Amino acid sequence: MEVTREDLLHIAKLANLTIKEEEIDKYLLNLKDILNFANIVNKAPVEGLKETIGSNTNYNVFRKDEIVEFEDKELLLQNAPEQEQNMFKIPKVI
Amino acid sequence: MNITELTVHELKEKLDKKELTSEEITKAYIDRINEKEPQIGAFVTTLEQEAIEKAKKIDKERQAGTANSEYAGIPVGLKDNMCTKGIKTTCSSKMLENFVSPYDGTVVNKLVNENSMIALGKLNMDEFAMGSSTETSYFKNTKNPWDIRCVPGGSSGGSVAAVAADMVPWALGSDTGGSIRQPASLCGVVGLKPTYGLVSRYGLIAFASSLDQIGPITKDVEDAAILLSLIAGKDEKDTTTIDIPKKDYTKNLKKDIKGLKIGVPKEFFGEGINEEVKASLQKTIEVYKNLGAEIEETSLDVSEYSLATYYIIACAEASSNLGRFDGIRYGYRTPNYSNLKDIYKNTRSEGFGAEVKRRIILGTYVLSSGYYDAYYKKAQKVRTLVQNEFAKQFEKYDVLLTPTSPVTAFKFGEKSENPLEMYLSDICTVSVNIAGLPRNISTMWSR
Repeated sequence: MEVTREDLLHIAKLANLTIKEEEIDKYLLNLKDILNFANIVNKAPVEGLKETIGSNTNYNVFRKDEIVEFEDKELLLQNAPEQEQNMFKIPKVI
Repeated sequence: MNITELTVHELKEKLDKKELTSEEITKAYIDRINEKEPQIGAFVTTLEQEAIEKAKKIDKERQAGTANSEYAGIPVGLKDNMCTKGIKTTCSSKMLENFVSPYDGTVVNKLVNENSMIALGKLNMDEFAMGSSTETSYFKNTKNPWDIRCVPGGSSGGSVAAVAADMVPWALGSDTGGSIRQPASLCGVVGLKPTYGLVSRYGLIAFASSLDQIGPITKDVEDAAILLSLIAGKDEKDTTTIDIPKKDYTKNLKKDIKGLKIGVPKEFFGEGINEEVKASLQKTIEVYKNLGAEIEETSLDVSEYSLATYYIIACAEASSNLGRFDGIRYGYRTPNYSNLKDIYKNTRSEGFGAEVKRRIILGTYVLSSGYYDAYYKKAQKVRTLVQNEFAKQFEKYDVLLTPTSPVTAFKFGEKSENPLEMYLSDICTVSVNIAGLPRNISTMWSR
């Protein structure tokens, strides 16, 4: 599976990233290099093995769905690049 | 006596005997930071005034007998991906250059609030913990204190350099594929990556959630055991933490190791492992033999698959975790936009560095339709294989002994142009992250 320029641009679009024209060749080369190396997983003897998604066996850990008020709303909003009347401000969407 | 050369257990003893005050200790470290920081570059943020004020307060509490912990008044350094209320947490990224967390992460809360330790500052790292040399930090290079032409390793490069240069008595790092152990090895300090789930990740800015784990970086093994005892424990805010009784990890430190069965996987002595590293490991083996341990060569033939599996899983999880940086609620926002989509794209393209973007692209690729089965799903099966293989080894052996880094500290720029070569720095460390296992390193000296 050879990664093409189009693949890279498609992936960048999915990831909400813009790659500058002059950077494309470098990213492409890096990606090919790393995937070429990563292909070794396809040689691993994993026949009949299940997938493991985590590093321990905790599964469906439940807790009561109780509301906990966050104390420092001001501190939270201070991080907003733009805010108005205690709300995050974004450009018009519709 | 040079205060900053002492270990934490020595400092604590001096505090207990009233030979030193927290203020004296804290000031000694601040002087040391002011002296060494221009050369080493370990810190992103230092907390001089706050630290001294808190130390004075703790001294009064100690005198009145109201201090809440036996470690009250001991200074500590924190990797800059751990949230600290009211203090910048940057992840060494332009994206979070001005981010001030509205809450303390669990480990920070345990150390700074529940144990009244003095935070000396936030330590430099590879951007979002992605790297093995701390060269991907947006802010600065951290130098290896033993040879400033060399990198300190990464991603917890600031934390290890600060401990190695006596700028903090101990520090916390985080380890996703070797980010505590590899730099600890390159700077000659003790680093411990705990078992996955032992330490809460709440308030640790996520890189790869199924692999990330916070752990101690210290001057000796006793301090590592003390710090682990202080940070370990079940946390409701991190559902992956394990519910086991609280332990004192210092208890077995001086236990006899006669008869301890140590397996040495031969794959870690092969090609790509530097001769100096091999020689150092051989010396370690001799030390263990003389102490009565039983050493046997074994084969861990999954090690070659582990690194590839690691980069697939870690990048896949990172691409998802870093989706939250969109320029809306916190962090950098691009000035170049005319609509919402532009905010997302330009914020991310301008706010993330090259290595972070590379890993997001790789992660998005292995999760995308058509490649998911070949890479991500396969890697998750290899993870099962790796876990099974380790389980088999631990039927025969109490511990496995391997090098931590295939090479000794390398020079700035030596690997930074070739991402794959940099990734190979983690060849000895990633397997245990994949398997969720703990691992300790304490270094034998290189040149």
